[in-house]
Amino acid sequence: MMSKKLPYLLSFVLLLGPVGCKETKPSVKIGLNLELTGDIPAVGASSKNAAEMFFSKLNADGGVSLASGPMPAELIIGDNGAKADQAAATAQRLISQEKVVAMVGPNSSACAIPAGEIAESLKCVMISPWSTNPKTTMDTTAGAPKRYVFRACFTDLFQAKVLAKFTLNDLKAKKAAVLYDGSSEAPLAQATLFQETFTADGGEIVAFETFTTGDKDFSAQLTKIGAAQPDVIFLPTYYNDVPLIAQQARRLGITAQFVGSDAWSSPEIIKLGGADLEGSYFCNHFSTQIATDEAKKFVSDYTAKYGQAPDDVAALTYDACGLLVEALEKGGKNDREAVREAFAQIREYKGVTGTFKFEPGSGDPIKSAVVLQIKDGQFVWVTNAQP
Amino acid sequence: MDYFAQQAINAVQLGSIYALIALGYSMVYGVLVMINFAHGDVFMVSSFFCFLLLLVAPVPFAAALVIVMLATAILGVCIERLAYRPLRNAPRVSAIITALGCGLVIQNTTLSLSPYSQRMPELLKPVVWKFGGVSVSSLQVLIVGISVALMLGLDFFIRKTRYGMAMRAISMDRITVPLMGIPTNAIISMTFALGGALGGAAGVLYGMAYPVIGASMGVLVGWKAFVAAVIGGIGNVRGAVLGGYLLGAVEVFTVTVLPSTYRDLVSYSLLLIILIFKPYGLLGRPAVQKV
Repeated sequence: MMSKKLPYLLSFVLLLGPVGCKETKPSVKIGLNLELTGDIPAVGASSKNAAEMFFSKLNADGGVSLASGPMPAELIIGDNGAKADQAAATAQRLISQEKVVAMVGPNSSACAIPAGEIAESLKCVMISPWSTNPKTTMDTTAGAPKRYVFRACFTDLFQAKVLAKFTLNDLKAKKAAVLYDGSSEAPLAQATLFQETFTADGGEIVAFETFTTGDKDFSAQLTKIGAAQPDVIFLPTYYNDVPLIAQQARRLGITAQFVGSDAWSSPEIIKLGGADLEGSYFCNHFSTQIATDEAKKFVSDYTAKYGQAPDDVAALTYDACGLLVEALEKGGKNDREAVREAFAQIREYKGVTGTFKFEPGSGDPIKSAVVLQIKDGQFVWVTNAQP
Repeated sequence: MDYFAQQAINAVQLGSIYALIALGYSMVYGVLVMINFAHGDVFMVSSFFCFLLLLVAPVPFAAALVIVMLATAILGVCIERLAYRPLRNAPRVSAIITALGCGLVIQNTTLSLSPYSQRMPELLKPVVWKFGGVSVSSLQVLIVGISVALMLGLDFFIRKTRYGMAMRAISMDRITVPLMGIPTNAIISMTFALGGALGGAAGVLYGMAYPVIGASMGVLVGWKAFVAAVIGGIGNVRGAVLGGYLLGAVEVFTVTVLPSTYRDLVSYSLLLIILIFKPYGLLGRPAVQKV
């Protein structure tokens, strides 16, 4: 019996042997928990590109300068498939098995919220570059901010205020309709908060409709919205869905202006959306047109390396990595608790997406937003919004 | 009034797509008593076939439709030959798992080749007609027209031709039929070819109506079409059509009268209630237990 199984066992050992004996150099392990497959792969790809660019440059300059001397950073990339359960599992694997010192990502709130729960319970710092949902950094059971979860972007609360003001004051629109993916965290929060702030500021929500992830037919909801005759339609929905919604609305004869959230920000939206999205406005984290010198360098480096301009996910990931390295170097140790303590001490950080200000005890930076317009197939800067 | 008329048009368009895909599930079940869970992904891949075809050669709509239907029919036959035929006498659960596996293989192959969603090039310039407050696009007319024509054609084929008769005979008794000189394997392959072709037509029409195509789009639509087939009485071709239009109508009209958040809750509860009273679906007949 044993002799029959022996060849298999032997080959197994031979195959896995080299893996186990791999020479281990000390390195700062940083996990990336990204949406590489699934519904929003453009988000994961941008994030991965930016992180790899940041750390390859850092390693070329010697690595992370810890108290014990410089140490190279090593990226461990996990795919969360843009699904909540997979994001949690990936967080668990990166932290428990790969023993990363901190984790960057996930980006979508639907993934960042469950991954944040895992990071918090395993006491490992997590920075989400792009998750704007208030719940990401909030421990909802304790009603207090999470200790280990930070983000590199503004929150939906701020975004909703910016968009409500812009719609009322700049677009002079009083009647708005909302259509969003009711089964996804970020759109849900953005839609509800927009509804609250828009009504509080004197606007009227004439229709508030939802759909489910994966839906491609929005004609029933849009016919309903069309009957309510809004001035604008707010679509806090990912770049994959917006083009279909816009096209179906136009075919139904709806001429209202489209307004979107930062979920639009991938350039993919222009490729998929065509002419139907021309003239639409959306709120974003960053614009290549009003960049500081540091940001311009980032934009040109990124464009040279990847052949396309960075979107806001790329820029925010770059800043998330910058914040993390700042915390690592301030803490001076390749240690989770030291990173967390040092991160909590950061009060101000200048990144490519602007200046970050953190208040004590909060993982949410205070920073400005931009409003962009889709014009001639480009994102064009319209205005800035200060906190 | 205009509002309800517009919603009715929306419902007919959605229902046509569901019906066309539901036919593929129902036919295969009718003949083999097997749920071809890969059908939703076959439908998805046909949209990509169309996309690739238009990328290589900007052929007119009719040619694209025929080429994609042919390609998908071949894919359907290949799947049957490679994955299902070896398991034809295996336990039914194994066949279902194989079908699910085939679907995942197709989906993930597409995903690895095209991780990003793609924009389907415009095959026809849609014209929007206005009747009072109701908008109808030429695309909707085309989708409904082609679907209905294909469904009528299939119905005729199954009921009036020798091949259709052979299909019906196999669905009644797969063991005895070969003794009558009917080439069972060929007829089963043909069933998969027909189902694939209809899925292919649905893929082209769907890609025109909803021109953002992605590797995961077959899951939800395929699943809904399967529900439609069950509601209509799985195995019954007319039932699949009825189920498709019913599901489209229920979804659209739930949104029409209630907040859209309740859409899936209400429409699927309603369908469950139908199944309680008609457990074999609207047009299905109880299976005779052969001992």
